[in-house]
Amino acid sequence: MAIEVRIPTILRTYTGGEKAVEAKGDTLQGLIDDLDSRHAGIKGRLITDEGKLHRFVNVYVNDEDVRFLGSLETPLKDGDNVTVLPAVAGG
Amino acid sequence: MTSVSDDRHATATLSLPRTMVDQVMAHARRDHPDECCGIISAKDGAASRVFEMENAERSPTGFSFGTDSLKVYRAMDDDDEEPWIVYHSHTATEAYPSRTDVKWSATAGFPYWLLVSTRSDEDEVRAFTIEGTEITEVELIVT
Repeated sequence: MAIEVRIPTILRTYTGGEKAVEAKGDTLQGLIDDLDSRHAGIKGRLITDEGKLHRFVNVYVNDEDVRFLGSLETPLKDGDNVTVLPAVAGG
Repeated sequence: MTSVSDDRHATATLSLPRTMVDQVMAHARRDHPDECCGIISAKDGAASRVFEMENAERSPTGFSFGTDSLKVYRAMDDDDEEPWIVYHSHTATEAYPSRTDVKWSATAGFPYWLLVSTRSDEDEVRAFTIEGTEITEVELIVT
């Protein structure tokens, strides 16, 4: 099952400059594992060593923030679209 | 004075149209006493559009992009624009990156940080690159 993942500029070094790539997974965790198998290293920019979603990124499934959907356990199905954006903040 | 790090920057100057600088300053004045934030996108290496963003913090001492991020990034992507400059205001201190700005800069994905200050009636607008913990001011050329 193919899910389109939109990649922000800052992470396109992992996707050979591609704005969007396809990946597979029943959950967001599975999708990120699959993404990392094709674009080695990208997982480390999305998930912390403790296995949580990085606070420096926001991930949306069908335009909903996954923090309100189940985070890495968010279920995915064919045709869903996933968007990764940098979290931007300062003081 | 020249330092090794200067070679990493594509340009030591940043050109912005007067209308954009005025829009950013007006946004900052409007949101004062809270900080404002937003994006100036680039296309083909030049400033393209100003996106005034919601400050989800609604705070005089901090900002974070709110739920309008998704729409703005998609608009840039659809028009082949790049996130180029992140701007925000300081409301009681100078227009210079804070420690929090430095902390977030590595992952925010912007080549330039534009800071404005609303601490007085006098407009303060300055531009910087932040690499690691190194802050370098770039000359802002308003055209």
